Amino acid sequence: MTDIIIHCLVALLIPPLLLGVIAKTKAAFAGRVGAPYLQPYYDLYKLLRKGSVFSETTTWVFRAGPIVTLAATLIAALLVPLGRHASPISFSGDMILFAYLFGLSRFFTTIAALDTGSSFEGMGAAREVTFSCLTEPTLFFALITLARMSKSLNLSTILTHPSPTAWLADGASMLLLAAALFITLLAENSRIPFDDPNTHLELTMIHEVMVLDHSGPAFGIILYGAALKLFVLGAVFINVALPIATGNALADWGIFIVAMLGLAMTIGVVESVMARLRLVRIPQLLVGATILSAFAMLLVLR
Amino acid sequence: MTISHDPTLYLLTAATMLALSGLPGLFFRSPASGQRAAAFTAVIASLLGVFAIITLLEGTPGADWQIDWPLPFGPAIFSVDQLSTIFLLPLFLVTGCVSVYSLAYWPAREQPGARKLTLFLGLFAAAMVVVVLARSSVLFLMAWEVMALAAYFLLTTDMQSSEIQRASTVYLITTHTGTMALLVMFSLLRGATGTFAFPPAHTLSQAVPFATIIIVAALLGFGSKAGLMPLHFWLPGAHANAPSHVSAMMSGLMLKMGVYGILRTLSFFEALPVWLGWLLLLLGVWSAVNGIALATGQRDLKRLLAYSSIENIGIVFIGIGLALIGIQTRSPYLVVCGFSGAFIHIINHALFKSLLFMGSGVLIHGTGSREIDRMGGLARRMPLTSTLFLIGALAICGLPPLNGFVGELFLYIGAIMDGINSPLPLAALVAPILALVGGLAVITFVKLYGIIFLGSPRSDSASLCHEAPALMTGPMVVLAGSCLIAGMAPSLLVRLVTPVVESYGNVAKSVMQQVTSQVPVLPLTIANCMLIILGLGIGALYLWRLRKLPLAFGSTWVCGYPAPTPRMQYTGTSFSESMVNLLGSLVAPYRRKPAMDGVILPQKARFIYEVSETVLDQVLTPIFLWIGSAFSYIRRLQHGQLHIYMLYIFITLFVLMLWSH
Repeated sequence: MTDIIIHCLVALLIPPLLLGVIAKTKAAFAGRVGAPYLQPYYDLYKLLRKGSVFSETTTWVFRAGPIVTLAATLIAALLVPLGRHASPISFSGDMILFAYLFGLSRFFTTIAALDTGSSFEGMGAAREVTFSCLTEPTLFFALITLARMSKSLNLSTILTHPSPTAWLADGASMLLLAAALFITLLAENSRIPFDDPNTHLELTMIHEVMVLDHSGPAFGIILYGAALKLFVLGAVFINVALPIATGNALADWGIFIVAMLGLAMTIGVVESVMARLRLVRIPQLLVGATILSAFAMLLVLR
Repeated sequence: MTISHDPTLYLLTAATMLALSGLPGLFFRSPASGQRAAAFTAVIASLLGVFAIITLLEGTPGADWQIDWPLPFGPAIFSVDQLSTIFLLPLFLVTGCVSVYSLAYWPAREQPGARKLTLFLGLFAAAMVVVVLARSSVLFLMAWEVMALAAYFLLTTDMQSSEIQRASTVYLITTHTGTMALLVMFSLLRGATGTFAFPPAHTLSQAVPFATIIIVAALLGFGSKAGLMPLHFWLPGAHANAPSHVSAMMSGLMLKMGVYGILRTLSFFEALPVWLGWLLLLLGVWSAVNGIALATGQRDLKRLLAYSSIENIGIVFIGIGLALIGIQTRSPYLVVCGFSGAFIHIINHALFKSLLFMGSGVLIHGTGSREIDRMGGLARRMPLTSTLFLIGALAICGLPPLNGFVGELFLYIGAIMDGINSPLPLAALVAPILALVGGLAVITFVKLYGIIFLGSPRSDSASLCHEAPALMTGPMVVLAGSCLIAGMAPSLLVRLVTPVVESYGNVAKSVMQQVTSQVPVLPLTIANCMLIILGLGIGALYLWRLRKLPLAFGSTWVCGYPAPTPRMQYTGTSFSESMVNLLGSLVAPYRRKPAMDGVILPQKARFIYEVSETVLDQVLTPIFLWIGSAFSYIRRLQHGQLHIYMLYIFITLFVLMLWSH
């Protein structure tokens, strides 16, 4: 019971902090002081109290987009295990629901973008669906590999199964999986090298350009939903890449939160040292990630 | 046998009512009252059919009906079993909805050819019922031909356009080539069993002469009807050009008759060859991936839906292939998940594809065009239709909480369990492929829904659109409601297919239970409810904030540009362009770019972009043209002189008599 409460609290409260850590890391690289760590929380608070501007072309779809996206991501956050503890909702086959919830949220984000009738947002939506389509097989190769290792169809079991012993036994496979999942994490969350979350009016944009027209509380919901998605996919990555379990429940939670903050720093470092890829190169990297995870599956077959 | 409570009798009565439904209309003075009478009869027949199926599912078995007719091919046998119910339930549901819809979509008062349309619509539905009930080959073939020809006459309701003429000719040739394969198959079957009656399930040994040819002929004949690649080429043209409610029946129901034929033929055999499961799986994967890839690039609303039907048939065959592989390798989880996934998807596809085709009928009615890139902004003008279409689009992408997810869930679980258990999990590769297909489906249907219903109108006809009458939206509400209910409570679907999987796949009850316990049926309902409650909760909070805060309305932000026009919006073609480019030769659209060289102010130019049908345009049409010219001398025999024709008949009979003596 305590674990469920901690799970919900961590999943609800930590995500914006990740954005703060990423921004701080990038500021440090650029030699700036940077916004405070808690800046995303201030932003959310501010947005929830702001008025909204709606385009006259939009319909209810535009308003429903952010809501459905957040609801689907919240359910996904309840399915993924955090800090070596089973998730609050866990059943056999939940990994497929997990993957498809992101499909649902993508469907609504993109139709909300198309609802504005702006060609910028149409462009962003087209890129979003195209690139996500290429990351989907990666996720499933990874899930099959992990399922085979743990002999389970349950997301909680397969993600808490990796351990230092598993890394020693199937090191190569785990390394490939971690790499593929990290690329998926960056691509799905529109981070550099796939997309630059800081610019707003460049044509190579994916996520930010889709939400150009949202304002006020709706934009707050989108910002929070994006942070939550980063958190959820980050948790999947951390479960595979850093499978440290002490046996002490509280210590595990502490390790998990530190690891998530470390992941946010890593993303900040990646964003600071890399340039965004040219748009035509992105599919190549994504297919590359799929092949990495297919390799991982091949290696556990031995 | 108690006549009073016999599902077969109910079904036969329903079929007769459907077949005769259009007949009174031929004698009525006003075609409109004939159409109304036909729709009324069809709805009653559908209700009777659904009642019969419920009776069957409650455990009352249907009697076998044997009618000794004077034909020399043995008696006509009708029977109904578990496998039939999977096909009959959507058949009656969709037929009822379609006949109501046709009252407003093809009103007899305004449209020509309504009498013919009504007559053949009833005949078409009735023939499909008989196809599913027939248990002797001659009866089956007769019903099959009535179905195929009724579809042809429905397709040619409006023979004015050359596009329809071409599509219907291609359809007619294909369906008869398919029937030819079926004739071969049933003749060989007759040779193997000595009777025209269908052999009982699992009785035919694989050692019977020509077993392989029987199976291959069935694959050719039924596969071409199902639209399995590479025999799909007739389908996009036929489905796009038929009246929309006919497309709904062709796509939602007639394709499934091909699937039914293959399943029924396979059930005769005691054991099946090893390669068959893999072949069906490969054909399924090919159809799914290539079908949805071609759908992504389409600009024509109904062609897009037609290609997506090929994709969905592919998914059904992936399920059947997995199950057959499971039978070979003795993996019960593959058998159960494969068959369950395939059967559930058969029902689901009938529901959401009919819904989408009916929706496309509303759009064509309103805008007079099938071109996606000329629509836009219709959600404001037809709010109900747009919501129903959205439900159909979400369902066909297999997204929760709708029914499309349930069938795919079974296939995923089967594939991943293979990944866990099998030493060489080749079947597990289905999971990432299905994920890719799902991703492409999201591209396709976001494009379809977004470009048609959202943004601002791209043409005058789109801006003058209005909501459809209740006779059209009513049946769509029924179908969309079924999609939602089946998605929220998947246990209904699972209960429907469980007895079929047990009897068809020869699976023991305990095994069935053990495997389905791995599939989250009840948890899915809970998760779906949570999703909806969360969505409503966040929505309520959002609306509460909106009410307290200032609101402003303006035009869409286009980066400061002051005068955006609807033509500056992203089109469907540009939306899918990057994916189409990535798919390379799978789609390979034909592009002709205007030359813009050397002039400061370029002249007017034309840009052509077309996704062509490779198999038909580049392989079959040239072959047929060549055959046509090579055999043109035979046409001299056809000269229109009746007495010479009679001479031909006489000579033929004479030669045959000499030969037989």
